[in-house]
Amino acid sequence: MPMTNSFYFINIIRFTLLVLVQVLVFNRLNFFGFINPMVYILFLYWYPIKENRAFFIGIGFLLGLAIDFFSDTMALHAASTVTIAYLRPAIMRFVFGVNYEFQSFKLSNTTRAQQITFLALLVIAHHVIFFTLEFFSLANLLLILKKVIFTGFATIILCLLFGSLFSARKE
Amino acid sequence: MQQIIRFIIRYKTSLLYIFLLIISLSFTIQSHSYHRSKFFNSANWITGTVYNTSNTISSYFDLDEENEKLIEENKRLRDLLYNKQLTDSIELDTNAINYTIRSAQVIKNSYANPNNYILINKGKQDSIKQDMGVITAKGILGIIEHTSNKFASVQSILNQKSNINAKIKNTNYFGSLVWDTDRYDVVQLEDIPRLVPLLVGDTIVTGAMSSIFPENIPIGTIKKFDLNVSKSFYRIDVELFNDMTNIKNVYVIYNTNRPEVLQLESDIANDQ
Repeated sequence: MPMTNSFYFINIIRFTLLVLVQVLVFNRLNFFGFINPMVYILFLYWYPIKENRAFFIGIGFLLGLAIDFFSDTMALHAASTVTIAYLRPAIMRFVFGVNYEFQSFKLSNTTRAQQITFLALLVIAHHVIFFTLEFFSLANLLLILKKVIFTGFATIILCLLFGSLFSARKE
Repeated sequence: MQQIIRFIIRYKTSLLYIFLLIISLSFTIQSHSYHRSKFFNSANWITGTVYNTSNTISSYFDLDEENEKLIEENKRLRDLLYNKQLTDSIELDTNAINYTIRSAQVIKNSYANPNNYILINKGKQDSIKQDMGVITAKGILGIIEHTSNKFASVQSILNQKSNINAKIKNTNYFGSLVWDTDRYDVVQLEDIPRLVPLLVGDTIVTGAMSSIFPENIPIGTIKKFDLNVSKSFYRIDVELFNDMTNIKNVYVIYNTNRPEVLQLESDIANDQ
């Protein structure tokens, strides 16, 4: 997809909406007292594949920083998003094989299982980094694991729901 | 030189990644000290306005409940007032005022993180400053950490960095109130010596050592207590009076004697 105006428009709208939904709805969910799914990761999942990598990492950083700004989490989200933005090509190669580098590759043409694996790997990587940094000590290993597993599960389910809700749009 | 440039061009994405990661980590680690970086908090114009707008909409839904709470508090205060033997007129000497109180509303609350912050809708304009105490009708809530013109962020007692002087009601045994991040309705009171007689259900209130909170503001009741590792102090689980998940109207307390107290303390520190 070329860098057209509509590309910028869609992504700016998506960025803003995801940040607002995250901080106004999902950060307040507190399901079972501690589960706050992080649906804004969808932005990094949806972002076009063949874009400039450095630019993508920059956007990932800004996305995390925007969430941090709202949730008083210092720069924890930024550290996590910038890492998954950096790791995304490696994760894609792992999930889709070499053919993700072809011009004709589209996320919507892959199998459901591949999409879920891709999303799940992004979410797990993000959550492991986020919660480890948040507690900042390995003494809380069990607590970190608990949070990664439960929040990760909720994030993946919600992202899949959101994904199928907006899947009519052709990427 | 050419090789360095070639290296930079070749690894530019990795270098960019490492650079951004270091930035975010340094912000995070730096803020583990008492006062966080000035920029990374929700007490600023953008986030404050967003939360405030969303709050003006959502606050209508729990108006009934909030009214109920305020009436309950008024009733309690009137009970106190009428049962106290007072003279005909109440004398108000401005020199005798030790605490000034301002009201505010919570526009953002969190309790699921290890470090929780609450955003309130009053700021510098309303003379809210750093290190003022924040309480609700039921008990203690936290301490003001950052202020912008219209908003202030409160370091909740549900925060790993929180450390507040507290004591067992009607005694002078005091310790520090901390949080182990496990449950949002339970905080921990540490450093109460072993010889103190304790009972489950005893009330914990703020202590006199603090220059932020007045003495005897309720905190919670003892839920269970154990000896700590060294076997000489108790570690007490305190069940909070406040429902930390549902907070709307709060009071910000300023101790007018605090500058004097701080001055004295720094004098002592200088003498040593």
